[in-house]
Amino acid sequence: MSVIYILWLRQIKRFSRSGIRIVMGFVQPLVYMLALGYGLNSVFQLSGRGSYIQFIVPGIIVQTIMFSSMFWGANIIWDKQFGFLKETLVAPVSRMKIMLGSALGGATISLIQGIILFIVAIILGFRPYNWTYVPLAIVFMGMLSMAIISFSAGIGAVVNDMQAFVAVNNFLLIPLFFMSSALFPLDGVPTVMKIIASVNPISYAVDAIRMTLIHQSHFGLWNDFFVLLGTLIALLAFGSYRFKQIQA
Amino acid sequence: MGPIISVKNVSKKFGDFTAVDGVSFDVHPGEIFAFLGPNGAGKSTTIKMLTTLLKPTSGELRLAGHDVTKEQDATRKVFGIVFQDASLDDELTAFENMQLHAVLYGINRKQVNARIEELLKLVDLWERRKVIVKTFSGGMKRRLEIARGLMHHPKIMFLDEPTLGLDAQTRNLLWNYIKELNQKEQMTIFFTTHYLGEAEAVAQRIAFIDHGKIVASGTTEELKQQTGTNNLEEAYLKLTGTQVRDETLDSAEGNRERFRSIMKNKQR
Repeated sequence: MSVIYILWLRQIKRFSRSGIRIVMGFVQPLVYMLALGYGLNSVFQLSGRGSYIQFIVPGIIVQTIMFSSMFWGANIIWDKQFGFLKETLVAPVSRMKIMLGSALGGATISLIQGIILFIVAIILGFRPYNWTYVPLAIVFMGMLSMAIISFSAGIGAVVNDMQAFVAVNNFLLIPLFFMSSALFPLDGVPTVMKIIASVNPISYAVDAIRMTLIHQSHFGLWNDFFVLLGTLIALLAFGSYRFKQIQA
Repeated sequence: MGPIISVKNVSKKFGDFTAVDGVSFDVHPGEIFAFLGPNGAGKSTTIKMLTTLLKPTSGELRLAGHDVTKEQDATRKVFGIVFQDASLDDELTAFENMQLHAVLYGINRKQVNARIEELLKLVDLWERRKVIVKTFSGGMKRRLEIARGLMHHPKIMFLDEPTLGLDAQTRNLLWNYIKELNQKEQMTIFFTTHYLGEAEAVAQRIAFIDHGKIVASGTTEELKQQTGTNNLEEAYLKLTGTQVRDETLDSAEGNRERFRSIMKNKQR
């Protein structure tokens, strides 16, 4: 068994044993999907843009993944506070492997949550336009999970207390989510918002998943892919660099 | 054969504060060595430097011949450690914690299960191997940590206040394990404690550290002679004074303390 695998497995075991976390992960996105999806559906349709539920599901999937991934960084703080981190830091393995194994575990969990939300959406009436593209959407979800996880690992490595971590999270994630193309189409908004959304990598993740699930795109799938890939690489570098700097 | 632990002129500064100030000492193979001092004297900082968790500001540390700062991975293979605070994964079982450690230390896959069984039996936790660690008592956790630390046959075992918060029975049991390991496997033991009686009973050699400096070292007999006192506790107080020290908690420890007090209140 490799180091990366056992650390991945650790995350999966921890997750599967905490029933409450599994459930809590869905409540917020579900509320968004129901309240916004059904609530604004008629308005959206009146303006001739089709079903709002169809439109919003990719955005909500991205939200689920973002928040679950970001919350994962709290695990590092947890491990620091409860000492388990020291056990891994004195072991004769590279920090890169420790970080990668744990991050892949976290990303898998976020991805599972994203997929479960997708299934819930289907039960509620969402239909992807072509099922053969669904695996591609899952690839994009995976990339987003890994990017946010790396970022949160970096923040978790620097911040030592939970309150500060939650504050940093809210300060960064909420604007990133709302100022993206997750909840509204970009072609109808004021220029300033369009510009903000266009420099926000979350928009590209939403756009990629929206293109693969409902065949609507603002930036084009290749642009989405490259921005997402670039973001993933940059954040992975940030996360592993910060993680290497930890001194216990 | 040279010393198995060699510390030469090691200092560690945190900003303006000098936690460890030009410390030098040697520990010989197979020795039980006690590292004693008041809170905030620099004990844990020294252990962290010896175990690759902190880099020294200056000086040289060697474990079994390996330069601790330059050959980190080689160093990490030769020691086992029981930290001052728990370092188990609470959400995993005892067996899973052991398994994880085995993989981290690259233990031969075929031997892993037999080794885990042997060690868990040694610390009387084999029956509880499938229990989630969260439900363990403080003493059980400490025993599990000792078993885990032994997994990769370390030449040196660091024990940072291993008996803190444990009852007399468990303390007695732990020291018996430790002495047995020392004798059977010629394992070098490096430990800290605030119970001076324990140090007097177990340690072959002792060093006192205060304000980041070694103030005295030797066998219990030598220390008593040097200070003209009757036991180790008196010698200790004579050398380090009777003044109570304020230890500033680093933020992680501070949080842990706060969290624990919250949990304790909740349980009431």
